[in-house]
Amino acid sequence: MTLPIVLPLLAAGLSMVLHRRLTAQRLLSVLTVTAVLAAAGTLTVLVDRRGPQVARMGAWPADIGITLVADRLATIVLAVSAAMVLAVLVYAIGSPAARDDARHFHPVYLVLTAGVAISFLTGDLFNLFVGFEVMLTASYVLITLGGSREQVRAAMSYVVISLVASMLFLTAVAFTYAATGTVNLADLALRLDAIDPEVRRALGLLFLVVFGIKAAIFPLFFWLPDSYPTAPAPVTAIFAGLLTKVGVYAIIRTQTLLFPSSGASRLLLFVAAATMLIGVLGAIAQNDVKRILSFHIVSQIGYMVFGLALFSLAGLAATIFYIAHHIVVKTTLFLVAGLIEHREGTGALDRLGGLLRRTPLIAGLFLVTGLSLAGIPPFSGFIAKLALVQAGVDAGTYAVVAVSLVVSLLTLYSITKIWAGVFWGDPEVGPFAPASAGGPAPARPAAPPLPLLMVLPTIALVAVSVAIVVAASPLWGLSERAAADLLNTVPYVEAVLR
Amino acid sequence: MIVALAVLAGLLYACGVYLLLQRTLTRIIIGLVLLGHGANVLLLVAGGRSGAAPFGGAELVGRVSDPLPQALALTAMVITFGVTALLLTLAYRSWQLTADDEVEDDIEDRRLARLAELAPDRGPTGVPVGDETDGVTV
Repeated sequence: MTLPIVLPLLAAGLSMVLHRRLTAQRLLSVLTVTAVLAAAGTLTVLVDRRGPQVARMGAWPADIGITLVADRLATIVLAVSAAMVLAVLVYAIGSPAARDDARHFHPVYLVLTAGVAISFLTGDLFNLFVGFEVMLTASYVLITLGGSREQVRAAMSYVVISLVASMLFLTAVAFTYAATGTVNLADLALRLDAIDPEVRRALGLLFLVVFGIKAAIFPLFFWLPDSYPTAPAPVTAIFAGLLTKVGVYAIIRTQTLLFPSSGASRLLLFVAAATMLIGVLGAIAQNDVKRILSFHIVSQIGYMVFGLALFSLAGLAATIFYIAHHIVVKTTLFLVAGLIEHREGTGALDRLGGLLRRTPLIAGLFLVTGLSLAGIPPFSGFIAKLALVQAGVDAGTYAVVAVSLVVSLLTLYSITKIWAGVFWGDPEVGPFAPASAGGPAPARPAAPPLPLLMVLPTIALVAVSVAIVVAASPLWGLSERAAADLLNTVPYVEAVLR
Repeated sequence: MIVALAVLAGLLYACGVYLLLQRTLTRIIIGLVLLGHGANVLLLVAGGRSGAAPFGGAELVGRVSDPLPQALALTAMVITFGVTALLLTLAYRSWQLTADDEVEDDIEDRRLARLAELAPDRGPTGVPVGDETDGVTV
């Protein structure tokens, strides 16, 4: 169970030593991440059969030492994330823009993997902080790997915002310890019941703000669309797929385990609706593929928070299903955006066009994932959204359901905008054609061929998102069991404190 | 003692937040460092009254300090230290590239500012092409 954490960390150290041998580094990274994926997959099956698994570091009792807890929610997201990490790693090795030949790419990437695994598997509030920091510090390095002016500018605000959130997190941990005398999640679940309800509510809000910044919910999302698009495509893809979702995971974990509410939470419902709406409106206003997709992340986070806000079995199950679907689809979309940039040298809509004729493969990949993101049947997004809407209707939150449907339409609109801008039309005759296009169009430089290692992982991920549809019934069953675990915390608490 | 520490933590937070709101990178970084110190002091305060050093194996008589917040603060300190070093290199790189210590406006802000300057009476279609890549090439 400690494998997903220990393996990448050890490999990162080894990779550091091997910094002159790129092939060895690449091989090591791929092998390690494959092993992590295998371990996460095994753990998912094991936990689903036998209930939450607990590992006590150094055999200290749970209230003093560090515990790792794997329950269904944690293992599901861990397994999906590990698959993404592997696909993006292969893509980065194939992509010349990813700078994976930079000396520190592979060690840092492995550390990022370990950080994500710690955050998912930890059963301890302070250890969650450490996991976040491991993951974020790795992401600071990855986002600035190019060291260009635009990257440094975007990274600066990203790092400062993340650090402020971390300091708030630390403050919240200190307050929690002062109020309860423990930082173990299971122990907290018991002790928080006994303290002053006002203090408890303040702590709950503090944690919501902290994780809200990381997850980019309204009104704390502003840093995301600015910082993500500047990084190379594979790095953006892994950030988009994992980092904000770790924030969402932390929100779900704390809100269900520590601060459970007995019905739909009005605050979270409002936040969910606002996040969906503002995110998609931002996406509509943008002109760059990666920036549009970055705003979509924000909008999609709203859907996840919506399911959580309902605090019902159906709502939580829909959220878990949605997260799994979203991680896959969002990562794929950014990989496709990377393919477009690799092929055409830009991601600006007004300078692209006619890709449908020249590279129908990219067009096909984008079509499947884009429609899935918007929630068009028969793709995975449709199932996830249908489940959410049904849960919302059951709970009687018609207003938010209406917002989510409108936002779906708007998402489809902005996806069509990318489609029309990138794949249809002719780049030379658009209203924004470069000034030099007055005469005969300048000869287009021959588009670089697409490396196989970039195309294969993208196709594999599209296949995974289609597989989610095919295997929707067992996956939905797993999501429902995971959601039931979240609502009934007794087995979790007992497994940890036993 | 606890009151003094609590006041100290409050002061550190106040100064940290004030510096964080400045426009120069060095002040922002110092502000973050102060915030980190404040959080660490707060962690220590969270441990309750101080007492004898909590050494394992020694004879523990009377009141003993709670070791857990100390361990937490220690970990947090190491993390803050590492990230601060990273931030300083970033700030240095930023200074190398722009010869300036100020935080730059982001793309949207710059685009809006230019729009307002160039075409106050035209719609958003007046956005000049090439805005997006401002400053990307170094």
